[in-house]
Formats: sequence, structure tokens, C-alpha cells
Amino acid sequence: MVNYQTILVLSGKGGVGKSTVSSLLALSLVKMGKKVGLLDVDLCGPSIARIFGLEQHSVMNGPNGWIPVYADDEQRLGVMSLAFLTKRDDPVVWRGPKKTSIINQFVHNIAWGDIDFLIVDTPPGTSDEHITAVEAFKDFNLDGAILVTTPQNVSIDDVQKEASFCRALDLEILGVIENMSGYVCPTCSDCSFVFGRGGGERMASESNIPYIGHLPIDPKLTASMDGTNIMKDFETDSIKPILSFIQRYSKQ
Amino acid sequence: MDADVHGPSIPTVMNLKGKKAIVENQKIQPLMNFGIKCMSTGFLVDEDKAMIWRGPMVIGAIRQILTSVEWGELDYLIIDLPPGTGDASLTLAQEVEIDGVVIVSTPQDLALADVSRGVQMFNTVNVPILGVVENMSYHICENCGNHSHIFGDSGAENMAKNMNLQFLGKIPLHQNIRETTDKGQPIVVSQPKSQFTQAYNSIAMNIIKYCTNK
Repeated sequence: MVNYQTILVLSGKGGVGKSTVSSLLALSLVKMGKKVGLLDVDLCGPSIARIFGLEQHSVMNGPNGWIPVYADDEQRLGVMSLAFLTKRDDPVVWRGPKKTSIINQFVHNIAWGDIDFLIVDTPPGTSDEHITAVEAFKDFNLDGAILVTTPQNVSIDDVQKEASFCRALDLEILGVIENMSGYVCPTCSDCSFVFGRGGGERMASESNIPYIGHLPIDPKLTASMDGTNIMKDFETDSIKPILSFIQRYSKQ
Repeated sequence: MDADVHGPSIPTVMNLKGKKAIVENQKIQPLMNFGIKCMSTGFLVDEDKAMIWRGPMVIGAIRQILTSVEWGELDYLIIDLPPGTGDASLTLAQEVEIDGVVIVSTPQDLALADVSRGVQMFNTVNVPILGVVENMSYHICENCGNHSHIFGDSGAENMAKNMNLQFLGKIPLHQNIRETTDKGQPIVVSQPKSQFTQAYNSIAMNIIKYCTNK
């Protein structure tokens, strides 16, 4: 057993903003004064290291396991990713057993220290990485999963499968976030629902899953993900639903 | 061919959602719409069911779709791959003679890192890269027509140049594309005169040129 609570961030579809949401959840918890670990088990497309500008770092082994790479000097946010163990831009073309092995190490062998929360970013889908992560985290305080979707039908179809995965593995769904929900034109202020609207909320209601809220397409947020200073730049207005959820969740 | 076993979108996009494939003469019959033969795990299992499959099952499904489907005579087989460099991409790269890979990316740096990995993977297994498409290149406001580079500006186009890959074209981000896709009325069919149809057509022409010149 560990002293921290663990949340998995899942999506059915790729490209819906899972890594962005994982990062925002972690950052929101840090803002509330918590110590957080952020684990990236997306072995093929490890974005978390890039988001925090940590790609050049490598991992060192300590007496209690691999030492996370810290995103800040105060060591409030520790990050672990395969990106720290491989060369930048090198493809990871591993089959199942190797993936299973590294994920088990990520779960059992990291010296997180006295973190309060662990956020786990996953690849899209319901494959080796997800099955292994859920099975490995069973002995830990696995609180549940947050599902990320965009509003459109092709994404909703896939996130429903993700919900079905959670049920099959007895994993509580903490809520659904609808990402890329609307874009405000900087010229005429018209709000364009370019990926649709309400699909995530509808799906949550129909499936009896809590709805966390929606995040609009926010170029400032996109730029901060691509930039070098996300710990300072992430607090745009658009992330209010995540802050509210984290406020409620962290008090439990 | 929908090789995205975990997130099969082809049934929705091709307006074949809810349909199931039948087997005739021990071969799985592809489903047809808009003059295109389609196959997806979406036609083989229930919609809501998650494919909680480890690698070997994914590989098995891909192999079955490749070999047990009655494709008949085709000029082109387009294979929609899942994101990443996982089992589906690897299996196809190793077991199928692929004429070329079209890499699709949004402009932002975060996406491009994954593109670079994909390109390297296909280079390693000697599969030719046909070119790069920059999707969601810029948003076109339905109200005032303003162009906004919400996911960055020309990132994929620049990457293609830097990696010496052919740049096949840009597709803008517009509600019409998503609406028609969600309804299963692909825009190139339902709005043939649209500028977005032109964008897809231009990419298709580049692909035909490439394949013809090979």
C-alpha cells in the first residue's frame, strides 16, 4: 500500500488532449499545495516530458528506485516517462512483454517520495499498457480514471469503449472531460463549435458518469504546451472546470 | 481497412455504423459505401464493447482482416492506422508490402515529436514514406472567415521539409468537415464543390502521382 492516491487519465481516441489534461490535473494539484507525481505510460508517444520541457533529462537510480525528474526546483512535481530512458525522437517499437515489463517497473520502482497524488497519462485505447497499468496499480490506492473526449461522434464512440473497459476491470470512473469544446474567433468573437458540442456531457449523462466539464480550444494553452514554461503559463481561464474538480477531489 | 482495433472510426465515417460483416465462402465480405469496400473490427464486434486486447490479439485481428476479407480486385487499399508505433503499425509494416505511408499531423510541436518517431520507425523497417499531410492546419471562422493558427503555424509542413519528405497538403479546420464526418456523409461526397473537398482531392492527386511514378 502507498500513501498517495492515483488517477489514470484515459481516452478512446488519440489526439483528444489526454496529455494536456493529465498535465493540467497535476499542475492544479500543485497549485493547491499538493506534492504530485506525473507518470507517462504512453510508451510510443511520451508527450509529458515535452510538455514540461524535460526531454533532455535522463533518469538516475537511487536506493528506493528510479528518481523522478522534477519539473520545479521545489520538487513539488516529479515526472517519469520512457522519454528519459530513450533518445529523443527514437521510436519505441516494442511488443507486449517488453511494454508490460517497463510499466511494472514504472509502477513499483519509482522513488516518488512523499507525494499526495499520482496522475498517470496513458496512450489511447485499451491495450497492453492499460491492462498492465490497472493490474499493477491494484495493490496501490487506485482511485479511478478520468476520461477525456472531444465532442464529436467518432470520439464519443471510442470513449464509450473506454468506459466499458473501466467497468470490465472494476475501475471507478471519476468523470468525463470534454476537450476542444468551442473556439472563440479572435476577430469577431463568434464561438465556433468546430468539433461539435455537448457530446461528452450527453455521453456522461447517458452512462451515469460524473461530468467534470468542458475545456475550449485555447491557443494560449496550446502555446504553453509547446513552450518552455508551463508551470507558470498554464493558468488560463479555460481550465476552470479542472480547478473546480481538483478542489472537490483533493478534499476527499 | 480500419487497422485501429481499439478505436474503429471507419464505420461512423463511412455511414456503416451498426452494420455487421457476413461470411460467405469462408471469406469475410467487406461492406460497401460510396463505392468503397470497407472492413473494420467495428463490423465484427458490438459497438460498445471495449477491445481489451493485448498485442497478440491485435496482431491476430489485423492478420485476419488482411487475409480473410474478400477484397476482390482493388486499385488502392487505404489502411487507417491507430496513433503511435504499436503492434498494428509494426505488424503491417512487417507483413504487408506497403507502397507508401501517409503521415497525418496537426501543426503543433507536441504532435510533431510523434511524427518524427513514426517516420523513423517506418524508415527502420524500410517502408517508404509517401508524404505528410498537415491536418487542422488553421481554423476558418464560419462567421467572418478569419484564419487562426490555433494549433500553431505550418509545423508539419516545415517538418516535412526538414526531413526531406514530400508535403502532400494542408487541410483546414472547419465545422463542415467534422459535421459531415460525424453524420457519415464524407465532405468529398456530400459537398463536392467545397474548398475542403478541393484540399482532399489535391492530396489524393499527389498520392496517385506518387504511386504511378513508382
